[in-house]
Amino acid sequence: MEMRLEFDIHNTSLEELIQYCEDLYHDLELSYVKKWKEKKGAKAIGFMPVCVPRELIHAAGMLPVGIMGGIDGMEVVRGNAYFQSYICQIPRSTLELALTGKLDCLDGMIFPSICDVVRNMSGMWKLMFPQKYVKYLDLPQNREKQGREFYSGQLECLKKDFEEMAGSNITDDTLRSAIQLYNENRSVIDELYHVRSQYPSKVPSYHLYLLMRASNILEVREHTKLIEKYLSLVMANRDTEVKDKIRVVLTGLFCEQPPPILIKALENSGCYIIEDDWVLGSRYYEKPTDERKPLEGLVESTMNYSVSTATRYEGEKLKGGYLIERIKKLRADGVIFCAPSFCDPALLERPMLQKALLKEKIPFTSCQYSENASQMQTIREQTGTFSDSVRLWERA
Amino acid sequence: MTGQREKKDDSMRLQRTMLENYYEKLSRAKESGKKVVYTFVPGNLNELLTAFDVLAVHPEVNALQLGMRKKSDEYIIESENDGHSEDVCAYVKCHLGMMNKGGIGPTGTKIPPPDLLLLSYTGCATYLKWFELLRERYHCPIVMLHVPYVSENTIQASQIKYVADQIRDVVVPALEKLTGKKLDKEKLGKHLDTSARTESHLMDVWESAKHQPSPIDAFFGGVYYVGPIFGAFGGLSECEQYYLKLKEEVQERVQKTLGPMTPEGELKDQKWRVVIEGTPPWTHFREFWKMFYDEGAVVVSSSYTRVGGYYDEGFRHDSRKPFESMAEYCLSCYTNRSVSSRIDILERFIKEYKADGFLVNSTKSCNSFSSGQMLILKELERRTGKPGCFIESDLVDPRYFNTANIANRLYSYFQILERREGKRTR
Repeated sequence: MEMRLEFDIHNTSLEELIQYCEDLYHDLELSYVKKWKEKKGAKAIGFMPVCVPRELIHAAGMLPVGIMGGIDGMEVVRGNAYFQSYICQIPRSTLELALTGKLDCLDGMIFPSICDVVRNMSGMWKLMFPQKYVKYLDLPQNREKQGREFYSGQLECLKKDFEEMAGSNITDDTLRSAIQLYNENRSVIDELYHVRSQYPSKVPSYHLYLLMRASNILEVREHTKLIEKYLSLVMANRDTEVKDKIRVVLTGLFCEQPPPILIKALENSGCYIIEDDWVLGSRYYEKPTDERKPLEGLVESTMNYSVSTATRYEGEKLKGGYLIERIKKLRADGVIFCAPSFCDPALLERPMLQKALLKEKIPFTSCQYSENASQMQTIREQTGTFSDSVRLWERA
Repeated sequence: MTGQREKKDDSMRLQRTMLENYYEKLSRAKESGKKVVYTFVPGNLNELLTAFDVLAVHPEVNALQLGMRKKSDEYIIESENDGHSEDVCAYVKCHLGMMNKGGIGPTGTKIPPPDLLLLSYTGCATYLKWFELLRERYHCPIVMLHVPYVSENTIQASQIKYVADQIRDVVVPALEKLTGKKLDKEKLGKHLDTSARTESHLMDVWESAKHQPSPIDAFFGGVYYVGPIFGAFGGLSECEQYYLKLKEEVQERVQKTLGPMTPEGELKDQKWRVVIEGTPPWTHFREFWKMFYDEGAVVVSSSYTRVGGYYDEGFRHDSRKPFESMAEYCLSCYTNRSVSSRIDILERFIKEYKADGFLVNSTKSCNSFSSGQMLILKELERRTGKPGCFIESDLVDPRYFNTANIANRLYSYFQILERREGKRTR
């Protein structure tokens, strides 16, 4: 598949725009990245979930590329030879992509601290792809001044590394400009999420998911324009029909991504997804990053304004507060805990969140998936029953 | 193959008494007014905790001991019934299940609830969730000690500073608040000096396995040897006494050219010298051990016995720089090291301890250990030319220990060694 680098965004229809996102999603060869590199004469840096400071990569004139494993239907053979049966799917498919040359266009990979599997992958990558730049990014779990200083030092190191790779300096101005672009991007993403929660029938979650996945690949300005165009197209649609579905928050999908058929199955089983945590790195900061002292701004965003997720330690805060706040704000009817199999952070977080929901009498159900799952019948039946029970009993 | 039935050494009896007394003290903690601090084994700060005279509980030690006593399955199921997934760490589920069912520990005495959770986040991301779960249950204060991952092959100065600053400025104030007393620096220094000497004694024990025949089994015996220093005794004089006694016994075995003791007596004919990477399958520890000594295999070095602390490259606690030295200790634990660094360590073990081969025991519960082990196997075979064996089991979930499969795999492996090395006289 040959991806278009320039997409005629002004003259596109909604169908064409979604088709473009689907093409990007299926483009395991990363042909957009290859063409971008060719055109710009610049480098590209891959990163694993959940979040890395993409602003720094952009400021160095390089393209940040989110790598979130494979897609449904992708055959994993060589990747399986490196991971035991009880390890989740994302490291296998990611390694498969690399071993089959599909990630050759990436000049480096960053592995942020999510869990022990991804942590150890950083070392495996160093051994298996010694010609590539590889970095493990330890996000500070101590949010006091010690953590701030440590993380600041890590960003300084990254900055230096990127400068060497790109062959140019990252000045305060270039970093400031990158921060502004990502602030704008997060702002349109917020708008997209807001519109979906208001008009869930206008913004199917399948569309939203594809748009979010596109943020992994597209240059940030292109992605911002893409969402703006999408919003203008859906808002032009006067159809405001709302079906009798329940409004659910989906949680646990911050690392290994769900197959699109899972999202469709949930929405076809009587649920409007009005909040989720997939592709979380693209909406990781709750507030715009302060660009006045740019590097400090990035530290501040990570330390104080990043979203609540299972991989982050949150001090004395009781679990579930953030989730309940979102549920109330978005007028959700319930929660679907949807975690990848063998995902320690999500699965260990789940009982704590469930207990918090029980106290608030908020209904929930739970299921597990893997990125290559192809059968959704059981999940569809389960969430369908959940939807029915909420509509029949909770709302009454 | 083996001699007389298992005979307990003085050091074993000493350790047993130390542990029984400790669990007894724990069970009376509330009456005696002692504060109880939960923390984890890898890179623990026992020298500091004991300087404050608090009692440490290591949840993973409780879990493994319950596993050895065949009690873990009921607690794991208890936690799964309480909402935990079958997919997650069985240590966590075993410990939480035990606390749910009244908190009766492995020795039959009650484990008191925590007064403080010292979340020493070293080498394992699951620790974070584990203590969050405990905090939700006990509503007690929690203090985070974030130990960054040593992703490069050497510990960075910035990492030492980050951890030392946290110990000095976060952990110590939390302990001062808990106990109502200031840190006794002199006492801490004394504990650190004791640990430094004790660490050297333990290294002497490890290095004794370079002798042929080896006087110790560095995995099946080794897991007992690390008990006091990695547990609640690090820094105390009784800990040093234990290692002096152990060293004396080991030296005696060297002089008499004796092999290590097994549950069925002395391992006299050592046919194979192997290195083990990974954790023990605690629920089937003796069965697993028997599979080795029945084949005349002795473990001459292991990575699991470096999880609590890694002294092989010269690190010793140092009272001249207390916080930095504790920081370095935390950072240097085996599971906090990069895959590449782990391969280097294992390669050195195989070569220096003149092993015939190595075995990887990959456990479902421990991604920190397991993720990357298949590459470790491949890379070690390439670097050393020694054959490796790969088996899968679990720490304390007996559902994942398949005796027949593991025995077959090991038997085949020893046959491979036999073909490669030629039959030896036993």
